Amino acid sequence: MQSPVYTCSLDNVTQLINRIAEKMPVYGDFGSSKTTLSPKGFFLPALEKLYETAKINDSYKITPAPPENAPFVLLGIRACDAAAIEILDGVYLNDPIDPQYKARRHASYIVTFACETMGANCFCQSVNINPAAPKGDVKAWVKNGTFFWLAQSEKGERLTELLLDLLERTIPAGNDLLPVEPPDSAPALPLPADMLSAFNAPVWDNLHRACIACGTCTFLCPTCQCYDISSHECTENSEKTHCTRQWDACLYPGFTQMAHGNPRPSKKERFRQRFMHKLVYHMQKYGTSACVGCGRCVNKCPVNMNIVKVAHVLAQEEVNAYV
Amino acid sequence: MCNPNLGLIPFPARIIHITENTADTKTFRVVGEDEKKPFAHMPGQCAMLSLPGVGEAMFSISSASTNEEFYEFSIKRVGKLTSELHTLQVDSPITLRGAYGRPFPVNDVLIGQDLLFIAGGIGLAPLRSVIRYVFDNRDKYGAVDIVYGARSSADLVFLEEIQNEWTARPNTRVHLTIDREEEGWSGNVGFVPTYIKQLSFNPSKIALICGPPVMIKYSLATLIEMGFEKTQVYTTLEMRMKCGIGKCGRCNIGHKYACIDGPVFRCDEIDELPEEY
Amino acid sequence: MNEQEKMRTRAKELHAAGIIKQVLAWEAGAFPSYPAPAFFTKPNAFEKIVYNEFCTANLSKYVINITEKTLIFLRPCDAHSFAQLVKENQVKRENTYVIAVGCEGCVQVDEGEARDLLESCRTCTKTDYPLFDEEINTQNNPRESTNKAARFAEVTRLDSEENTARYAFWQAHFSQCIRCNACRNICPTCHCKECVMDSDHPLDGQFYHAIRALHQDGRCTDCGQCSRVCPRGIPVHLLNRKLIYTSNK
Repeated sequence: MQSPVYTCSLDNVTQLINRIAEKMPVYGDFGSSKTTLSPKGFFLPALEKLYETAKINDSYKITPAPPENAPFVLLGIRACDAAAIEILDGVYLNDPIDPQYKARRHASYIVTFACETMGANCFCQSVNINPAAPKGDVKAWVKNGTFFWLAQSEKGERLTELLLDLLERTIPAGNDLLPVEPPDSAPALPLPADMLSAFNAPVWDNLHRACIACGTCTFLCPTCQCYDISSHECTENSEKTHCTRQWDACLYPGFTQMAHGNPRPSKKERFRQRFMHKLVYHMQKYGTSACVGCGRCVNKCPVNMNIVKVAHVLAQEEVNAYV
Repeated sequence: MCNPNLGLIPFPARIIHITENTADTKTFRVVGEDEKKPFAHMPGQCAMLSLPGVGEAMFSISSASTNEEFYEFSIKRVGKLTSELHTLQVDSPITLRGAYGRPFPVNDVLIGQDLLFIAGGIGLAPLRSVIRYVFDNRDKYGAVDIVYGARSSADLVFLEEIQNEWTARPNTRVHLTIDREEEGWSGNVGFVPTYIKQLSFNPSKIALICGPPVMIKYSLATLIEMGFEKTQVYTTLEMRMKCGIGKCGRCNIGHKYACIDGPVFRCDEIDELPEEY
Repeated sequence: MNEQEKMRTRAKELHAAGIIKQVLAWEAGAFPSYPAPAFFTKPNAFEKIVYNEFCTANLSKYVINITEKTLIFLRPCDAHSFAQLVKENQVKRENTYVIAVGCEGCVQVDEGEARDLLESCRTCTKTDYPLFDEEINTQNNPRESTNKAARFAEVTRLDSEENTARYAFWQAHFSQCIRCNACRNICPTCHCKECVMDSDHPLDGQFYHAIRALHQDGRCTDCGQCSRVCPRGIPVHLLNRKLIYTSNK
C-alpha cells in the first residue's frame, strides 16, 4: 500500500526542516547540488574509536566505545548517494554484521531529493540509477513550483508524522505529479564481461602511470569502504591504549603488505585492484557495479584520471595511446 | 561462527604455556578470562591475537576444536607483532577475538574419506587442528596419511607429538622428509612434492595442503599428475587481514574475502580468482 | 601553428629520428575539459597529444627514475620543479628530452565548467625555463609585473592579523583535511620512498601540513599544484609561500 503524497509551498520548506531539527540533528539541505564528501562518513566515520584497553593487575580490561544510536536526519541525498548507501548496507549489514555501522544506520532517516538536471560529471543513468527516483526513507522533489514529500519506508512514515500539520495531503501520485527523469547524455560506463581477461589486459601497464595513488578518489567515493585498524598507546598514560579504525585505500602501498611480501607489489596492481573491484568483482558478488555515477572522482582527481576513463580504455575504445 | 555481537571488540586473554618448536617458531597456549574459551571454533579457523599498542594479526588456531581447555597458536617470528609476541613470558596478557574464516569441511566432504595431509614447515599448524579433530573422531574418517617436510629436522614443528602420538593412531601413516641430508636422520630426504610422487598415493583421497606457496604449487601439480582432481584438494590462502569479518577490504581477492570465504579454499575455486596471492 | 600542433609534430619527428622512445604529455579524458597526463609509447598515438588551458597537472614528477628516453613538455612552473628534481638527483637528465612550452595559464574546472585562471596561474611570476633542449612558443607567456605583488598578497595579509585570527584561519582549514594525501602525492618535491606521515598514526590534518611545508622549505618551486588538487579547498601552498617570503626577506 503506497503512502500518501504530501505537498507544501516552497516558502514553507524551511519550516519543515526546523520542525525536524527540533527533534534531532539535521544534516544537509535541499538546495545545494552534490557535496564534495559523500554521506558515507555518517555511517563509517573517517576516524572512530573502537575500544580502549587498560592494563589492570596484569590483565587487559577492554572498554568498547559506546554505540552511536542517537537519531539524525540526512537531508537532500541524491539518487546516486542513496544507491551508494544501499551498496554499503550490502556489505556492512550482511553477516557478520558490523555493529557500529548498524547502530548509526538504524538511527538515520534518509530524506532524498530527486534531480531535475544532471551535473556535467554525473553519469548515474549509465549504471541504471534513475536520478528522478531516489530511494531513501522519504523522497522529496520539486515540480511546477510545488514541494513534494513521499514516505518510502516505515521510518519515513514516522518522520512524516512529525510534519502532518505543515503538509497538505494530495491524491496518490499519478505520473503527472512524479518528477521527470532528465535526459541521459552521460558517457556510458562499459563493464568488462570476463573477469580474467579484464584482469590480464595489457592496458594496465600504461593506464596506471598517470595515477599518483593519493587516495582522493577513494575518500570521496560514496561506495569505497575499506578501513584500517590501529592501536596506540595513550600519550598521557602508557598503560592505556585505544584502538581506532580509519579510512584506508587499496591504492596505498602498505594495504596488502605482509611480513614476507606483497601480493600487489606495485602501483599497477593496486590501481588495477581498485577498478576491478568497482567494475567487476562487486558485480560478480552482488549483481551491480559498485560505481553509482556520482562523478566525484571525475571532478576531484588531481590528474583527471577517473572510472569512466578506465572503463573506456578497458573496453578497448581508446587503445592507441597505450598498445 | 564468530562472535555474533561484538564485531571488532576482543576478549581479554592470557598466555598459559609456551613451547619453543624451532629457532623461530613458538606455540602459545591461550585462555580467556576465568580460564575459559570465550568462543567455539572449527578446524582451520583463525583468531585475531592482539598486543594493545603494538598490533593485531590473524593466526590459525592449531589446537583441536574439541579441546575444551585452551587455544594454541603456532607463530613464526617474521615481523613487528610476532617479534613482540616472541618476547612474552607465560602469564602475559593479550587480547583475542574470533573465530574467523571458513573451516575445513570436516563434517561433510571429509566424512568417510581417506585423507591425505601435506604440509611444509609452519604450514602444519593449521592442518594440525584438522588432524587432531580427526583423531578425536577417528571412526568417522578413513585412512590418514600425513606427508610433512621442512628444511631440516630442527624446522619440523610438533616432532615429538608426531613421533609419540600420531604414528600410534589407528590406520594412520606419517611420512616425514627434510630437504637435505643430516647426520642422525634416518628418514626420507627430499622436497615434499618429490616425496609425494615417490609415495604414489591412490587418487581416491581428499588432500589438504598447507605450506609455502611454492610447495603448494608443486604439490598440487604432482597430485594432478597422479590423477587427483582439483575438486579433491583443499588449501589455505594467506592474505593480510585486519577486520576478520569481510568489511575492511584488505583480504579481498577477486569477488571473495579470504577472511570469510576462506582462508580454506578448494583448489578449483582458486582458479576462479585473479592470481594475486 | 598553435602549440598543440607543434608538439604533435615534434614528437613524431623526434621519435622517427630515434632520439626519444616515448612521450610524456596530456591526452583527452572521458569528459571534456579533463585531459590527463599520459605516456605515449606508439607514434600513431602522438596525434592524441592535447595541450590547452585544462592541462592542469604538473608533469615533472612522472619522470622520477625514468629509464627510457622520454620527451617531456614543460611549462615554466613544471620546468622549475623539473630542475629541482634534477638538482636532487631524482631525475636522470640524460633520459629526458625537454621541450619548453609557452603557457597562458590554466583554468579551474568545477563540475565540468571552466572558471577563472587557477590562483597559482594568476599570481605566476615565472617566465624562464632553467633546463630545456628546444622551445615552442615560449615568447607567448604573459607575465605582468603586478603578479609579483599578487604572489605574496595573501601572505602579507595574514601576517598583519593577530595571532588568534591567524590560528583561527588555519584551524578552520585544517579541520577540513581528510588526509587524502593528494597535496603530497602531486607535489614534485615530495618524493620520499617512505613518508614520515605514513606511520601508524590515525588521520591528522594539522601536523601533517606543518611538517610537510617545513620539509619543502628551500625546495618548493611554488607550482601551486597542492592547492589546486585539495578537494576541501585548503590553500596548502600559502604555507609554502610564507616560508619562501620569509626566506627571501
